[in-house]
Parts: sequence; structure tokens; C-alpha cells
Amino acid sequence: MASNGAVPFWRAAGMTYITYSNICANLVRNCLKEPYKTEALTREKVHFSISKWTEGKPEKPTIRSDSPEE
Amino acid sequence: MFRRASRLLARTTTASTWRRSRAFSTDVPATPAQDPNFIDSWKKVIPNLDPPKTPASFMTPRPVTPSSIPSKITVNFVLPYASELSSKEVDMVIVPATTGQMGVLPGHVPTIAELKPGILSVHEGNDVTKYFLSSGFALIHANSVADIIAVEAVPVDRIDPGLVQKGLAEFTQKLGSAITDLEKAEAQIGIDVHSAMNSAITG
Repeated sequence: MASNGAVPFWRAAGMTYITYSNICANLVRNCLKEPYKTEALTREKVHFSISKWTEGKPEKPTIRSDSPEE
Repeated sequence: MFRRASRLLARTTTASTWRRSRAFSTDVPATPAQDPNFIDSWKKVIPNLDPPKTPASFMTPRPVTPSSIPSKITVNFVLPYASELSSKEVDMVIVPATTGQMGVLPGHVPTIAELKPGILSVHEGNDVTKYFLSSGFALIHANSVADIIAVEAVPVDRIDPGLVQKGLAEFTQKLGSAITDLEKAEAQIGIDVHSAMNSAITG
């Protein structure tokens, strides 16, 4: 049983499986024909805001978004 | 000292011949939809009301492992945003496992396979449907149910060959100029995925 040897190259470089899988999926999506490409990219758009809490109070939220702020 | 060792060995062998200490998950029978003990004790205390439904009663029961090999496998091919195939009975599927293209027929040994970017082909009679998967897992159960999960899967004719060639050239160039391990890994992933798409379009 390989315990330390035979790890995939991305795991050896410090990447997790989820990161690897998402990178692969993004690459595939970018190589699609229109209109499937725009469908896939709009489907995967994210828009959310994160705020860290310290001492029971929220700090200023950061907004992560794929759509430009209008 | 050796007498004790032989007694220990004898004990473990006799235990394993008549009973496994832990049953395999594939040997477990299909769970009943409602617990009969619970229903009996409910009826004794509250005979007028119906027993409440538990989550288990809403789920479809797990298909039992048949004693003889079934003629078709049931494929559930799911993506995060859609269920491409849901309990479809087919003759064979070929999945792109990291260890190579793996053909799955009814009665296949239970397997968990990590998938690499490649083509999944579903064979039903004379029809073959091919999808290009980005990555994922294939779980094959003893009752000839195959669950294939992928993050992104497209029919092969939706891939644009021009973009694939451009991506391949770009990532080959990035691999040459990469410095950190992470950059090298990302460039290598790019090359792997684009060359898999290339062989999917041409092959």
C-alpha cells in the first residue's frame, strides 16, 4: 500500500482534490462552443458577501462577485 | 509461549469460519421502510393516530443484491446542476478511471474509481452516448448500480477544437515558465485536460 509515494502531482504541490476538480471543470467550460459556453459561465456565476465577526460584532463585509458592480 | 500463540491462532480461525465480526456493506439486506418495533409500540400506546412517517419511509429502498447476475446495469449519472441519467438500464458503461478506461458490465465487482478527464460512453443495445467528463468518481455497487458523479460533463460535439488547441499551447508555454510547484501543477493540469479534450474530439 503506497502511503507517501504515488500521490498525484497536484496533491504533492499542495492542492486539494476540490481545487483540482474545480480547475478541470473551469478549463472544460472555457473550451465549449457558443451558446453552451455562455450558458455554462452564467450558471457558474457567484455573488456573495462575507463578513468576519470579532468580539460579537461584524466587521465590514467584503463582496465577492463575478458580475461587475454597477 | 508458543502454546499460547497456537491457541490464539486457533481462536481467530474458528471465529472467522462461522461468523464475520463485521459484515460487508454489500451483504446488508435492504433496510425496511418502516421499523416494525416502533409501529407496534406506537399502536399499543396511541391506537387512534397513525404512526408518524420517518425519513426512511420516504426514500426508495436500496435495490437488493440479486443472487444471479442481472442482465443490465442501472446507471445514475449526476452533475452538481443536473441529473443526466437517473436509474437508466444499460448494457455497459466505459468510465475514464485514473488507471485507464474501465468497462463496467452487470455483475461487476464493487469498485470506487477516481476519474480523470476523459470520455464516458454509455452502451445501450447498438446506441453509444459519449460524454466528456472533467473529473469525478464512479461508484459501482454489488447490486449492479453504477453511480457516476462529475463536476462538468458535455457531449463531445459541444467542445470547440480551436479553443482546445489554443488552451493546449497556452498551458504548454505556462509549464515552461512556471517557477513554484503550484504553478507547475496548474500548468500540468491544463495540459492534461486539454490533451484529453483533444483526443476526445479527434479519437
